[in-house]
Amino acid sequence: MINIFEVNETNKMISQEKLDVRTITMGISLLSCCDSDIDRVCEKVYNRITTMAKDLVATGQEIEKEYGIPIVNKRISVTPISLVGGSACKTPEDFVKLAKTLDAAAKTVGVNFIGGYSALVSKGMTKAEELLIRSIPQALAQTERVCSSVNVGSTKTGLNMDAVRLMGEVVVQTAEATKDADSLGCAKLVIFCNAPDDNPFMAGAFHGVTEADAVIHVGVSGPGVVKRAIEQVRGENFEVLCETIKKTAFKITRVGQLVAQEASRRLGVPFGIIDLSLAPTPAVGDSVAEILEEIGLEQVGGPGTTAALAMLNDQVKKGGVMASSYVGGLSGAFIPVSEDHGMIEAAANGRLCLEKLEAMTCVCSVGLDMIAIPGDTPASTISGIIADEAAIGMVNQKTTAVRLIPVIGKTVGETAEFGGLLGYAPIMPVNRSDCSAFINRTGRIPAPIHSFKN
Amino acid sequence: MTKAIITVVGRDTVGIIAKVCTWLADNRINILDISQTIVDGFFNMMMIVDVSSLDKTFGDCVTELEVLGREIGVDIHCQKEDIFTKMHRI
Repeated sequence: MINIFEVNETNKMISQEKLDVRTITMGISLLSCCDSDIDRVCEKVYNRITTMAKDLVATGQEIEKEYGIPIVNKRISVTPISLVGGSACKTPEDFVKLAKTLDAAAKTVGVNFIGGYSALVSKGMTKAEELLIRSIPQALAQTERVCSSVNVGSTKTGLNMDAVRLMGEVVVQTAEATKDADSLGCAKLVIFCNAPDDNPFMAGAFHGVTEADAVIHVGVSGPGVVKRAIEQVRGENFEVLCETIKKTAFKITRVGQLVAQEASRRLGVPFGIIDLSLAPTPAVGDSVAEILEEIGLEQVGGPGTTAALAMLNDQVKKGGVMASSYVGGLSGAFIPVSEDHGMIEAAANGRLCLEKLEAMTCVCSVGLDMIAIPGDTPASTISGIIADEAAIGMVNQKTTAVRLIPVIGKTVGETAEFGGLLGYAPIMPVNRSDCSAFINRTGRIPAPIHSFKN
Repeated sequence: MTKAIITVVGRDTVGIIAKVCTWLADNRINILDISQTIVDGFFNMMMIVDVSSLDKTFGDCVTELEVLGREIGVDIHCQKEDIFTKMHRI
């Protein structure tokens, strides 16, 4: 039988160490909504989402109450809209109409984000996919809850450099279109390489075409719990440290597994995966940077950071896979700058630079995330950064992503405010060496040699 | 049997257990096990209970116990047992 110490440990994780289920995300296939008439598509999409997800928020709240574990977000991911609107949308404005429909459906069911305003163009772009990409700035400016992602490369296909070039321009246009809110639109736009089909975390969530009609994915977090656990083994060797992280990751993931199974049962929707990601928030004590500092760094960004992060990421995965048979999504440690108190501090005092963050993305679960850069950064430079990050993902057979925010009207030394979980960020300097001649080459970077495994 | 865990934490005072147990009896909740300690003057109790005969929703039970806790001046949480067994048992 369970004892008082175990009960107190769990409740302390929740009340003092900020253990939470970060999101229950319902993936909904919209392939059945395809039509040649845009108004019909919008109507079908709205009806399908509001029917499938009508009980999502209430069920989440019910589980939250019965188990005493906060479920911070309830969200929806949908089939990439470039496919859903492919035959109906003839202009970017048509796609914006679909984005507004998604936004309205999200508001009706009460979810705070809906992901899937996406295009998967790792090898080439259809006309519809290009139209969707060109519509992103207006779609994100005219909606509140819609998140967008574009997959521009993969280990199997190489990098679509035409898409990389276009995305640099789209990021700048999105920043311009939302400049009144510190270019907030860019916080809802992710550019991926090797995008997973089952990621529950925003802004990059979409419901892949490999998925069923509807599915429940759960994202669990808990940087504070890991930090508190490793405080107890200060000065011990790496074996003890790794064991501690693994055990903690196991415990956190089991909570996610429980919530996922309950949500799946109550909603009558199959369970997909658990994404065990240490997802920080701007709150003190809920930071991945603080974990790295507890491991032994004076401040994140200094020598040792990449090695410490590599170890952390690996132990989190190893603990997690023992706890659930279906671990998926991104699973690992997130390193978003604006959403992590320790990262913000290190970026503000200059110890954490863009280049070090790039190195860290080689060993963490995602990429250059929530980084504010000067508003006058040229589109070609942003494309260059996207290409670098995508190349890391392509060659290392891992997911990488870029979520950069060129904050219009601000420059190095100033701070961008995004609010809520998105946090705030000091504007970080960008290497201004020109790469436009590289970016302006057309075509694709071929897939790496080790991708040929057939 | 549907098990739940009730935890009561707060400043020690007369009648905490009595008031909680009376509420449980009134709501047909059977107590299976009780552990209780006092740490630095703070009352810390855990009960394992059976809520299968409860005549209201589990959510209402959670809310009412929270309200009772506020009346007594302690924090009362009632959670389904699974969250603890999943986390601490393989």
